[in-house]
Amino acid sequence: MKALAQANLISIRDLSAEEIDLIFTTADHFKEVINRPIKKVPSLRDTTIANLFFESSTRTKLSFELAEKRLSADVVNFSASGSSVSKGETLVDTVRNILAMKVDMVVMRHPDAGACQFLARNISCPIVNAGDGAHEHPTQALLDAFSIRENMGTVQGKRVAIFGDILHSRVALSNIFCLKALGAEVMLCGPATLMPRGIEELGLYVTNHVREALEWCDVANVLRIQLERQETRYFPSLREYTREFGINRKLLDEIKKEIVIMHPGPINRGVELSSDVADSGRSIILQQVENGVAIRMAVLYLLSTRPQQID
Amino acid sequence: MILESRVIVHTAHLSLILQRLSEELLERHPGFHNTVLIGLQPRGVYFLNRLAMVLQARLAVLSNDQSFSSGGSLSESETHGRLSMPAQGALDVTFYRDDFRHRSEPLSAHTTQLPFSLEGKKVILVDDVLFTGRTIRAGLDALLDFGRPDRVEFMVLVSRRLRQEFPIHPDYCGIEVNTHDDERVRVCWDEPEGAHITLIKTTG
Repeated sequence: MKALAQANLISIRDLSAEEIDLIFTTADHFKEVINRPIKKVPSLRDTTIANLFFESSTRTKLSFELAEKRLSADVVNFSASGSSVSKGETLVDTVRNILAMKVDMVVMRHPDAGACQFLARNISCPIVNAGDGAHEHPTQALLDAFSIRENMGTVQGKRVAIFGDILHSRVALSNIFCLKALGAEVMLCGPATLMPRGIEELGLYVTNHVREALEWCDVANVLRIQLERQETRYFPSLREYTREFGINRKLLDEIKKEIVIMHPGPINRGVELSSDVADSGRSIILQQVENGVAIRMAVLYLLSTRPQQID
Repeated sequence: MILESRVIVHTAHLSLILQRLSEELLERHPGFHNTVLIGLQPRGVYFLNRLAMVLQARLAVLSNDQSFSSGGSLSESETHGRLSMPAQGALDVTFYRDDFRHRSEPLSAHTTQLPFSLEGKKVILVDDVLFTGRTIRAGLDALLDFGRPDRVEFMVLVSRRLRQEFPIHPDYCGIEVNTHDDERVRVCWDEPEGAHITLIKTTG
């Protein structure tokens, strides 16, 4: 088992534990590459990759772009604002037009869940999902699990608690699938209004008490409270959220055990995570960002080297 | 499918070759001043590890040699450091290959370990079998991404004639063999001390 079975990376559910492990060992090598004086290898110099971002993104877009450039791929960027999308062009038409200019691979973020799946049925080149609505964000889940593996040696048997807005989070869903596939135990913690109904059927624990989750877990993955969704009033106020669900130094000191703190970014300092925790030695947030480039390099490399591509 | 497998170099012969190669290294790099040995992952590293054992044994003999350490034909500056081993590294070229899409099976990467700077060094790249020359071509690219060595030499245990696709020739060569495209040459480092080279005939 040395290659990925699927031509695309759309959902973590498409990957076996073995394939995730292949991505991790490949990413180990790329992490070494990006720490060299010349952070670049020529593997994908014959490949052109289009980054299609139909939804705004800073970190993920930069991370993918750096990963592509460090593999020597040619990169074209597309963002929905100011494009023909606003003139009413359909998704498939937009992408077909871009592919007609001889693009070999597509990385796409889209506000609608299932957009990548839909696109994969209509075009033939490999697609990497960089986040589709509230559905999945597979490379984020991979880099999170990779960071856990790096800090704790393995993901198997570890207890990972995910805090915050589970309902709207593609990071949460992809993380759940990835962690379960790798044999970790998962607990979700957040306000009942932000907990998807029936989520515990995926075989995980659900709680509304931060302290309970912190006492249970080895790793706390704290998600961002999406301030832009605050009009719907999932909780009374940000201040109340912070008081009930915010993670701070005092709380962690009371737990009396070492917990690894993760956050997919961007952080709302002082809301879901206090500054002293985010900047403490327990936090591996910047390590996650570094690993993101290595993981994305591994995914792009493995997708483009699948032997089935030989004509 | 393997049709036939034949040992072309036996253990005793191979150990003579290793001794000769280590003598050649000693002769051309007095004192191993600023010299590093870098094996190409993975099989060049197996070869380098064995070569290093032979070289180390040879150096131990030389250090006990009275005529060698006091007087002799070599001056003090030439003997200085002669008894120490050159630094060794491992280089993985997977991401530098130009043929990774033409293979039936994807390649898996190995670790690169170069715990020294290459600036101003004399580098000897070490691999076990030279066939098309594509691995060493990728190796040169990979090497130059780590710095600017003074010079680069190439040592190979087995050079397969008749099928080289690049104008690349080894500076140190263990043995040259004539082979066909449907044959493979495999160096087996199976025993702690011994080893042999096999010629394998395959279909397709």
